Amino acid sequence: MIAWTIYLTFAGALLVLLLPRYAREIALGATAIATVISGVALIELEPEAVMETVLWVPWIQLLGVEVNFHLAADGISLAMALVTGITGVAAVLFSWDVEKRRGEFFLWLLMVVGGSFGVFLSADLFVFIVFYELVIIPKYFLIATWGSTDKAHGAMKLTLYSFFGGALVLTGIIAAAVTAGSFDLATLSGFGFDESFQSWVFPVMFLGFSVLGAVWPLHTWAPTGHVAAPTAGSMLLAGIVMKLGAYGALRVAMPLFPNGFEQWRAAIAVLAVAGIVIAAGVALRQKDLKFVIGYSSVSHMGFVLLGLATGTVLGLGGAVLQMVSHGIIGALLFAVAGRMIYARTHTRDLDELGGMNLRKALPFAAFTFVIASAASMGIPGFSGFAAEVTVLIGTWQAWPAAVPVTVAGMVLVAVFTLRALKRSFFGDDDNATTAVPSLPPITVPEKVGAIILMLATLVVGIFPSLLLDKILPVIERMNLVIPPTP
Amino acid sequence: MNPYLELLKLASPEAVMTITALVVLALQALRPKTPVAKHGAAAAGILLAGLAVVMLPEEGMVPNAGEPGAGMLVIDPLSSLIKLIVLGLALFTVLLARGATFTRYFGEYLALILLATIGLMVMVSSEQLLVIFVGLELTGLSLYILAGFDKTDIRSAEASLKYFLFGGVASAFTLFGLSLVYGMTGSTSLPGIAEALGGGPMEPLLAAGIVMTLIGFSFKVAAAPFHLWAPDAYQAAPVSSAAFIASASKVGSFFVLTKILLFGFDPATGSAGFQNFVAGWAPLLAVMAGLSIIVGNLVALAQKNLRRLLAYSAVAHAGYTLIGILGGGEGGHAAVIFYATAYAISILGAFGLVALVRRASGRADIADFACLRKSSPVLAACMGVFLLSLAGLPPLVGFFGKFYLFAAAYSADPGLLWLVLLALAGSLVSLYYYLSVLKVILVDECDADRVPDAIGGSRLSTILIVVLAALTLALGLFPNALLGAIMERM
Repeated sequence: MIAWTIYLTFAGALLVLLLPRYAREIALGATAIATVISGVALIELEPEAVMETVLWVPWIQLLGVEVNFHLAADGISLAMALVTGITGVAAVLFSWDVEKRRGEFFLWLLMVVGGSFGVFLSADLFVFIVFYELVIIPKYFLIATWGSTDKAHGAMKLTLYSFFGGALVLTGIIAAAVTAGSFDLATLSGFGFDESFQSWVFPVMFLGFSVLGAVWPLHTWAPTGHVAAPTAGSMLLAGIVMKLGAYGALRVAMPLFPNGFEQWRAAIAVLAVAGIVIAAGVALRQKDLKFVIGYSSVSHMGFVLLGLATGTVLGLGGAVLQMVSHGIIGALLFAVAGRMIYARTHTRDLDELGGMNLRKALPFAAFTFVIASAASMGIPGFSGFAAEVTVLIGTWQAWPAAVPVTVAGMVLVAVFTLRALKRSFFGDDDNATTAVPSLPPITVPEKVGAIILMLATLVVGIFPSLLLDKILPVIERMNLVIPPTP
Repeated sequence: MNPYLELLKLASPEAVMTITALVVLALQALRPKTPVAKHGAAAAGILLAGLAVVMLPEEGMVPNAGEPGAGMLVIDPLSSLIKLIVLGLALFTVLLARGATFTRYFGEYLALILLATIGLMVMVSSEQLLVIFVGLELTGLSLYILAGFDKTDIRSAEASLKYFLFGGVASAFTLFGLSLVYGMTGSTSLPGIAEALGGGPMEPLLAAGIVMTLIGFSFKVAAAPFHLWAPDAYQAAPVSSAAFIASASKVGSFFVLTKILLFGFDPATGSAGFQNFVAGWAPLLAVMAGLSIIVGNLVALAQKNLRRLLAYSAVAHAGYTLIGILGGGEGGHAAVIFYATAYAISILGAFGLVALVRRASGRADIADFACLRKSSPVLAACMGVFLLSLAGLPPLVGFFGKFYLFAAAYSADPGLLWLVLLALAGSLVSLYYYLSVLKVILVDECDADRVPDAIGGSRLSTILIVVLAALTLALGLFPNALLGAIMERM
C-alpha cells in the first residue's frame, strides 16, 4: 500500500500535464492521499517489525548483478514519508494562488515529493540513487521559474551543489556495489567491507550526503537557494530535500561502512557543532527574513548530523526526530515568511517590516509565526524541544564536552529567532500610532496549511513517543550503536 | 554452396543499401522535382536492409576460417545488432532531412547518406583491418561531401574542407599504423594480430603502429586532441549531416575501435590504473579520455551557438565512452555500445530540433531557442529530455549509460577510479551548460518581437522528435531492453 505514495504522486504529475486547469486540485489530492497512506502505515506498523518489503520486481542486469525495483519500509522510512506527505500538502496549499504556468509548477512540485517518497522507501541502492538524483532537476525549474531574489543564481548554485553531492554518493555506491556484487541494501549492510576500503568510501559517501544535509562548510547553497525559491520551493527544500541527505547518511553510508563511521564520526561531530554555532551566529546578522530562516535551517540540520555522529541510540533517534520536527517547522517558517508576509508586503527586510505594524494587519500570520518561532527555539511542548533534547542526551553519552558548545548554539538560535520575531511583527510597539496597512487577508488554504503544520509540531512535541516507539527499535537493530565512551 | 552466392547472401543488407543508393540517384535524374519519392525510396531501402539484417544467419564468415583472408565479412549476432542500430539512426536522419531547404539535389544527398551507412556496415562486420579501412574511408569520404552540401553557405564549405583535411591526415596515420602492425605481426586479421602479439615483449615499431592506428580512430570519434574538426563540422554543416556524423558514424566508429582494441590489440593493453601505468594502449587512451573530458566540457562552457556547444560536449562524451573501452571485458564492451547508442539517440533528437529552429530563425544561437516553449511546448519538453539525458540525469537513458560505464570501469580495475571521478566532475560542469540552455528554453519568458517566425515543425519531424524523446525516456526506465539484447549477443 505504501508504494502507492510514489505511484500516486507521479501519476498526479502526469495528470497535471494533461489537465493543467485542475493542477492544484490534482496535486492536493495526490499529496493528501499519500499522506493518509503513510500515516496509516505508520500507525499500523508493529513496533518490532523489521524492514518490510513492499515491492520486489527484477529490473536490470548490471554487470551480472541483479538490480531489483525493491521498496521496503520500517519506522524511520514511514516517519519520513509522513513528513514528506504533510509538507507536500502544506506546500500545495501555500501555492494555491500560483497563476503563472500553473500546470508546470505543480508538475515539478509533485516530482520533488514523489522522488522523495522514492528515496525514503527504496531498499536497493540503484533505485535509491535514481530517486535521489531525480529530485535535483525539478528543484532547479521550481526556483528558476517561480523564484524571487536572484533566482537564476540561487537555482543554479543549489542544483550544482546537489549534483556534486549526488556524484560523490554515486561514486560510493558504484564502489560498494561492485565490490560486494549486490545493490541490495540489506545484503550490503551485512557484507563487511575491508577496513581500508571503508575508510575512504565512507567519507566520500557521507560528504556527498551531507551536501544535501547542509553540513558546514558545504551549506552555502541552502540560504541562497531558500531565499531564491518560491514559497513552496523553500518549504519542500527545508521540509524534505535537506532530509534526503541525512536520511541517506543514516540508511546507506553508516550501516554499510560501520568502521569508516567510527573512524570519522568525531570529525563529523566537529563539523556539526561548528554548523550549529556558526550558522546561528550568521543568522543573527541577517536583514532579510528568509536569510534568517535559511541559516536557521542549517543550524537545525547541524543537530541532525550531531545526533548521527554520536552513534548512540538516543542520538540517532533524536536525529530522526529532529529530521521530522525540522521538516515541519522549517516548512512553517518559510510559509509565513514567503507566502504570508513577502507575497503581501513585497519586502523581507526586517527594518521595513518593523514599520508596517504587521501584527495588527496580519494577526493570523503573527500568531503562526509566534508558534513557529517557539517551536524553532525549542520551547517545551513543541517538536523542536523533544528532538533537540534527545540529541543532546545522546551527545552527552558520547562527548560530554560537545554539549555546552551546542547549548550555546541553541541560545543563539533563540536570540536570532526572537530578534526576527520582534523586528518583523512587533517592531512598532514604541509607536502605537503607526497606520495599519491594508494587506490582503490570509486566505483559507493558507490557514488550513498553517494549522496542519502547527498541529503536527504540537503532536510530535507533546507525544514524541508516538514516533520514537517506532524509530528506536529500528535503530537498535541497525548495529550502528557505538558503546558510550567511559 | 558457390562462395559468391554465399557472399551475396551474407552481404545482402549492404547490397540492398547499394541498390537503394543507385535508385535514389536515378530518381534524382528522372524526377528531379519530387523530393518525397527520394526520401520514401531511401527510407524503404533502409527498412528493407534492416529486414535483410534480421534474416541473416546468426553466424557466418567469408572467406571461411582457415582460408586466406579469412573474416573479411563476419556475421555474428552482435554486429547484426549494431547494424540495426546504425540503420535505425540512418533512417531517422533521412526522415529528419525531409523538408530541409539547403539543397535541391536530395537524390545525391540521400545517396551519400546511404553510402556512408554502407561504409559503417562494412566496417562493423569485418575482422580484416584492410576491409575495415575501406569501410572507414567510404564513410569518411561520404561524410566530407555531406558536410559541405550546403552550397549557399560558405561556412559549410569551410567545415567540409577542415573535416576533409583533418580526416585525410588521420586516414594516412591509420593506414601507416596498420601497415606497421601488419609488418610486425604478419597478419591483417584481428585474431591473427592478437595471436602474434601474445607473449613477446612490445617492439617499439609495433608500439608506433598501434599509436598511429589509435590516432586515426580518435579522429573519427572526435576525442581530444584530435577533435578540432568537430566544432566547425557540427556548426556549419547541414544539420542533418551533422546529426549523422554525431550519431550513426559515432556508434559505428566506437564499435570498431572497441573491437580492434579489445580483440586485435588485446595482448598490448597495458594498464591505466592510478599510480600503476603499464605500457600499452590503455594509458594512451586514458590520457585521451581525460583530456577529452576536460577540454570538451570547459570549452563548451563558453559557447553561444548551440551546435558548437553540442560539438564540444560531444568531445566530452567521447571521453566518457573511452572509459568503457578501458574497462574492457564484456561489461566494458557492452557499456560502450550502450552509451554510444544512448548518446546517438539523444543527440539526434537535439539536432532534429536545431534543424527546426534554424529553419525558422536562420541561426541556431542559444538565444534563438527562446520562443520554442511558446510555439511548441511539446518540442521544448523534448529538448529538455534530450539535454538532461546528455547531462546524465535519471530517469533518462544518459544516466544509466554513464552509471554502467563507470561501474564497468571500476569493476575491471578499481585503479580507474581517477578517471571516473574526472568524468563525474566533467558531468558537473556539463550540467551547468546544459541547464543554461534549458533555462533559455524552459524558464525564460519569450520576448515576442525577437523571433521572426514561430518555430514549428512539419508533422513528420515533430513525430520523429517525440519518438526519439520517448526512446530516451523508455530506455532510461527499462535499460534492459537494449542492454539485455547486447549482453545476450556477446
